[in-house]
Amino acid sequence: MSGFGTLADSPASFLLAGVRAIDPSGRTDLVRDLAVLEGQIVDPRELHGGARRIDAQGFVVAPGLCDLHTHLREPGGEMAETIETGTRAAARGGFTTVCAMPNTDPPLDERARVAAVTRHSAAARVRVVAAATRGRAGERLTDYAELAAEGVVGVSDDGAAIADPRLARGALAYLGELGLPLIEHAEEPTLAAGTLMRSGRTATRLGLAGWPASAELTIVERDIALAAETGGWVHFTHLSTGGGLDAVRRAKHRGLHVTCDVTPHHLALTDAWVAGHRGFAWDGAGEASLDRAYDGATRVSPPLPSREDAMALLAGVADGTVDAIATDHAPHPPERKLVEYAAAAPGVIGLETALSLGLAAVEAGCVALDGLLDALSSGPAGLIRETRGLAIGQVADLVVFDPAARWRVEAAALASRSANTPLLGMELPGVVQMTVADGRITYEA
Amino acid sequence: MTVAALPRTWPGRNLLDVDGLSRAEVETCLGLAAEMREWRERGEHPEPLRKETVALAFYEGSTRTRVSFELAARAVGSNVVDLSIAGSSVAKGESLVDTLRTLQRTGVTICVLRHPASGAPHLAARETRLRIVNAGDGTHAHPTQALIDAMTLRDVLGALDGRKVAIVGDIAHSRVARSNLHLLPLLGADVWLSGPPAFVRGFEDWRGVRVAGIEDALFEADAVMTLRIQLEREAGGGVPSLREYTWRWGLNSERMLLAKPDAPVLHPGPTNEGVEISADLAASERSLIGRQVENGVAVRMAVLALVAGAA
Repeated sequence: MSGFGTLADSPASFLLAGVRAIDPSGRTDLVRDLAVLEGQIVDPRELHGGARRIDAQGFVVAPGLCDLHTHLREPGGEMAETIETGTRAAARGGFTTVCAMPNTDPPLDERARVAAVTRHSAAARVRVVAAATRGRAGERLTDYAELAAEGVVGVSDDGAAIADPRLARGALAYLGELGLPLIEHAEEPTLAAGTLMRSGRTATRLGLAGWPASAELTIVERDIALAAETGGWVHFTHLSTGGGLDAVRRAKHRGLHVTCDVTPHHLALTDAWVAGHRGFAWDGAGEASLDRAYDGATRVSPPLPSREDAMALLAGVADGTVDAIATDHAPHPPERKLVEYAAAAPGVIGLETALSLGLAAVEAGCVALDGLLDALSSGPAGLIRETRGLAIGQVADLVVFDPAARWRVEAAALASRSANTPLLGMELPGVVQMTVADGRITYEA
Repeated sequence: MTVAALPRTWPGRNLLDVDGLSRAEVETCLGLAAEMREWRERGEHPEPLRKETVALAFYEGSTRTRVSFELAARAVGSNVVDLSIAGSSVAKGESLVDTLRTLQRTGVTICVLRHPASGAPHLAARETRLRIVNAGDGTHAHPTQALIDAMTLRDVLGALDGRKVAIVGDIAHSRVARSNLHLLPLLGADVWLSGPPAFVRGFEDWRGVRVAGIEDALFEADAVMTLRIQLEREAGGGVPSLREYTWRWGLNSERMLLAKPDAPVLHPGPTNEGVEISADLAASERSLIGRQVENGVAVRMAVLALVAGAA
């Protein structure tokens, strides 16, 4: 087969012959045959003779990827993405779980709205991050216990932090008992107001108002203090500064319940991309091409980091301070991006390029392959209490990819309904061959 | 009619910024502007752009720049279309790209664009086939104003190589300053900046530029440029009050004693007299404000001819 399946399909049976199986949670990495019988990993000898045999030499199989931060845009933003197209993009990128963010229209701030998203048959498991406050207005908390009973994996007012410190403290105190994280978009609103890109040399040159790193650190430090005081769990999403990450590192050393994720674009891309530069953080500074400057596709919140901060975030993945790489897949239609930079909607799509950007970082020697796969699969899955593994007896939840093959990012070929990424036209390593979610083949090249 | 056979160097169909122009390209433009000024002084009307239609698309209020471009466009013989934003499809929410594509279909060939968003001219140049002249974008660039300032300074000082030029005020929010910070070092000038810390931060490592206190910046300066202080800036904490600004950075005759005798004073206008520049200094012989306006038409004629490929 080639194309997409859903979690409603029949469980699959097949043999991956001679595949390099990397299980970061079990710390195993060996070439072997991996057999799946009716959706379950079995001893290859148990597989009947008629089962499909896939020559997987040179391919890697790893636990299915898990995205903690996905904007599926449904309900209300269906011109940009739907649950169907968004989960297909996930499957094509090797993800078997996506956590849908609540900034939809209406927002996912009550039980019935959450249920409407999770009960959708799709090409990936859809979990939900509920809104942290009603209407995402930052004034009153949503009903956390009821939302927890509906299976939400956390709460967040993503797009913004909970600005009111007293309300953030209340949220953390109440969530602690439920074992759910407050997922914070760490950004102090007055410091960030009116800013368009990361402050620094490029912002100065382009005359774009600069976002100061203190906007992130202010909220990170505040929330760490609140977590220490309440015993609550704070998870910082899409950290973009070395300072914010250092604060998390120190909090972890103190034994606080503090976790974080970073995005592939904050690891690989830099603020120089706003001026038209198209080299990765680890490639060093290069010449900008002003013909490409002010491309709305490079506008994202938080903004693309300085090169130094991107390198600090990569080091955080390598040393384990970063618990997960999450995409912040944020689809927008062309009319929201083909506008003045200040008018462009912030966000880039990421599900179909996350693994490839990570593999580019591996090729550059910034992170190890098993560390990357841990940050994309077992790490985030553990935070939302999903299990991942390649051991016999486990449900097959897998990504199979060719790490050496390369592909060109082209709008027409993307499964997402949107194509807002500055990676268009670039060639990236790593082609997903097959994704298996909950024993079902959800994508095959 | 042909213009004098000077060697012409010009990078292409747009003028988006000074950033990226070479010295040869700037010299081409300033040389052509000098020729244009001579035509005007002799009352000649060579009209090299008879086949062009220039649209004035001003998405932000401006009297001086708009009038200057309109006079320039007519002086080179082109048709002029004035896109009045209020009451147009723009006011009804049409996007910049859609509006400009419509202009292109109706036969406009050159678009003079003034826009409050930095980078809007780059978007226009990428997404349309119009030739784009940036007439000021956000806090990014105002290349024709910088060319005018350079022409005006050269009228008074001659070559700028090795000359010290001080720029005082709100550099961070000034598109005029940014374009001058590319152009003046390119022409060999030694540029010193001074202003409240929040307004000069980030410029310390700009090539060919020094950030200093007001006395050091003005000391033996060959020319001084002061920038308009936006009256609302004090709210952002950049400066405690306009009174404090004037006390510490305002230009007046006494402070100008630090500079070379008769060092000229430029201001891109409109001025807040009594704030960034004292009224007597603005009205004095040292002030080139009037001459900046006169050179404006000649520089803009040259730019229009260059982007049209008619020079």
